[in-house]
Amino acid sequence: MHTLQMSGISKRFPGVTALDSVDFDVARGEVVAMVGENGAGKSTLMKILAGIHPPDSGTIRIHGEPVSLRSPRDAARHGVGIIHQELEIIDSLDIAANVFLGREPTFGGPLRFIDRRRIEADTAAVLARLDLRLSPRILLRELSTAHQQMVEIARAISLRAQILIMDEPTSSLTLTETEQLFRVVRDLRAEGVSVIYISHRLNEVIELADRVVVLRDGRNAGTLVRGAIGHDEMVRMMVGRDVNNFYMHHESSAEDICFEVKQMRTQRYPDCEVSLSVRRGEILGLAGLVGAGRSELAAAIYGVDRPLSGSIRIEGETIPIHSPRDAIRRGIYLIPEDRRAFGLITAMTVRENITLPALEKYSAAGLIQRSAEDAVSQKMCAELKIKTPSSEATVSNLSGGNQQKVVLAKWLSLGPKVILFDEPTRGIDVGAKAEIYQLMRRLADRGVALLMISSDMEEILGNSDRVAVMHEGRVSGVLERAECSQEAIMRLAVA
Amino acid sequence: MRRKELSILILFVVLCAVVAFMNPQFLSPENIQNTSRLIGTYGIFSIGVGIVVITGGIDLSVGSMFALLGVLLSMMLTEWHWPAGLTVAVILALGAGLGLIHGLLITRLRLQPFIVTLCGLLLYRGLARYIAVDTSKGFGNGEGFRWLIDFATGSVSGVPMPFVLLILVGVVTWVMLHRSVYGRHLFAVGRNEEAARYSGIQSRNVIAGAYVISGGLAGLASILIAFYTNSVSPSSHGNFYELYAIAAAVLGGCSLRGGEGSITGIVIGTALLQVLRNLVNLLDIPGSLDFAVMGAVILIGVIADQVLSSRKSQHVRL
Repeated sequence: MHTLQMSGISKRFPGVTALDSVDFDVARGEVVAMVGENGAGKSTLMKILAGIHPPDSGTIRIHGEPVSLRSPRDAARHGVGIIHQELEIIDSLDIAANVFLGREPTFGGPLRFIDRRRIEADTAAVLARLDLRLSPRILLRELSTAHQQMVEIARAISLRAQILIMDEPTSSLTLTETEQLFRVVRDLRAEGVSVIYISHRLNEVIELADRVVVLRDGRNAGTLVRGAIGHDEMVRMMVGRDVNNFYMHHESSAEDICFEVKQMRTQRYPDCEVSLSVRRGEILGLAGLVGAGRSELAAAIYGVDRPLSGSIRIEGETIPIHSPRDAIRRGIYLIPEDRRAFGLITAMTVRENITLPALEKYSAAGLIQRSAEDAVSQKMCAELKIKTPSSEATVSNLSGGNQQKVVLAKWLSLGPKVILFDEPTRGIDVGAKAEIYQLMRRLADRGVALLMISSDMEEILGNSDRVAVMHEGRVSGVLERAECSQEAIMRLAVA
Repeated sequence: MRRKELSILILFVVLCAVVAFMNPQFLSPENIQNTSRLIGTYGIFSIGVGIVVITGGIDLSVGSMFALLGVLLSMMLTEWHWPAGLTVAVILALGAGLGLIHGLLITRLRLQPFIVTLCGLLLYRGLARYIAVDTSKGFGNGEGFRWLIDFATGSVSGVPMPFVLLILVGVVTWVMLHRSVYGRHLFAVGRNEEAARYSGIQSRNVIAGAYVISGGLAGLASILIAFYTNSVSPSSHGNFYELYAIAAAVLGGCSLRGGEGSITGIVIGTALLQVLRNLVNLLDIPGSLDFAVMGAVILIGVIADQVLSSRKSQHVRL
């Protein structure tokens, strides 16, 4: 019998049909992956299941009984647990307090004192199960993002949910942590828990899922069962067509070195020196585990954090960089990992974001020339195929992929020499991903040097002309195109 | 005009109409002149505080700056006999200088704006009282700086000078905030300081600049206020004025979270506050209810705005 059966679920929001008669079910002890482009309806369906949105029509049965889930509390009562994509933690509380947040066991009757001893003991047990050697008393803000995410997972597990929804749980986990998570998911499956796994990382889906349900434009687009689950099949169902040339392949690139980092030491790894060089027209992949010091290196190059020592050369000239402003002046741009926090001012319009770094270019005597601004922002929207009603739309209303294109547009309008990409396609759907890869390749062909930090192995292998691998603050090796393989990179990444 | 400014403008017009209907005295030339004089004076420093609010900061120090600068103004003119022109320049520079100190403490030492300017509020009030030995300072018969008194308290073809200055300051700051590169940077920093820095904006200088502007405008206002009251009693002069400015900015559509607001809004907000005070006088409401009326109207306005805007966003949001 099915643990969960959702049938004929429809949901309309003003102006858009988010779900159109979608069927979805999960059996006891089954891992079902749900994939689809952003906006395909995955999140809406899961929010309905989690009691956040009511469906317009359709029925939900849990253990065969029709249920109505009116609130997250209702959903929890019916055994539905969810691990959200965005971390929902309180970073001034410790691990134990976060794991039991909102359902703290108490003693003292009506005085409701929190039973810390029980909370800590139970938390320690869950952490041990996840193989995390952390004290339940560590404050969340002292943990890495990856560990914070593991705490979120620990919370969901401690709920003993019968139906566990995981929305992009691995987006900031390291490889070992991902494997640990997979082990836990398989354990839960063996115990009869039904797991719904949402991910853009198709390799994970292939590895983990018993069944894959594909959504497209708010409708069921097909199902694949174990054995038939493959990368190409999923992509075809997601986009509704064959995607050829998903990755652009590179011809030989020129030999001259455009950009060099010499003996740079960052605050995170004060004892390690990093030297790297990127050739003109080349995409240098920078692989490694989360926490290997790659983002810190990019921040140091860009002048966000002051490096402890080291120098930067561009076209043979050593240049001082003390702030992002200095870097921008020299044609070095950063596409940051967290675009909403650092890449964009989401409450401003597309136009205002695109022109922000170089307003001087579009102004005379300190006054902004609106016509010049309009011209460049409309041109960039057309050139990058940014899907927006107009360049006056607020950036927060755009999808992740289009937001990322706005970040790119900021820099492309300025004539870049070097672009540092930090996780360029995190949280971006398949279609937009391909466009961003093509754009990166076009930039390289124009002679720009690209440094691409990525934790997505497919992305590294598919786009890089060479791959540098970092491990705990050092470059553990640089691989030429011909030497690149998943195994070779992984070997360098772990030691 | 954006929705927020429009709704406060409507509120302002309705309020004026109601007061004028209930007491025609409201439209008498004397009352209009006096009210516009107050609007001008308050508007000037409210614009400064509003610009600080747009960066996501706050300036609590202006009221005490009026006491300190007012005391100094009186002493420079009547006791030290400085030339009036020099005195004005020094007062403006002192205002801007204090703003610069606030700005540097906030951006270089990363102190919170609330704390820094709260300390300013206490510090300048205390200094003013100490310097003046806690006695009122006046301007005597104005010998030697008559022209300055006439200028500050005079009118240009019937329009009080502070109001003329407000229009001037308003136009200049409007162009700066809504048309210049610096203004765009102010909004960007107010919305997301880190992202602005990643875009190459020198966030710290932009923010410090806002405090300098606020201090400078407070310096200008301090001269107008001192001559308006004609006597500066250091323990009460300018009390609560920082709150009038913040209230005007918020009424006018500035968000205390930063990144939102406009000069037009701030000016209308100031005008609304002054009409409210005027209303208490004209409608025979006991003067002791002055603050209560203002508080109630602001609260109702903010609640109405919140209810309306959340209803609106429900339609737009997915």
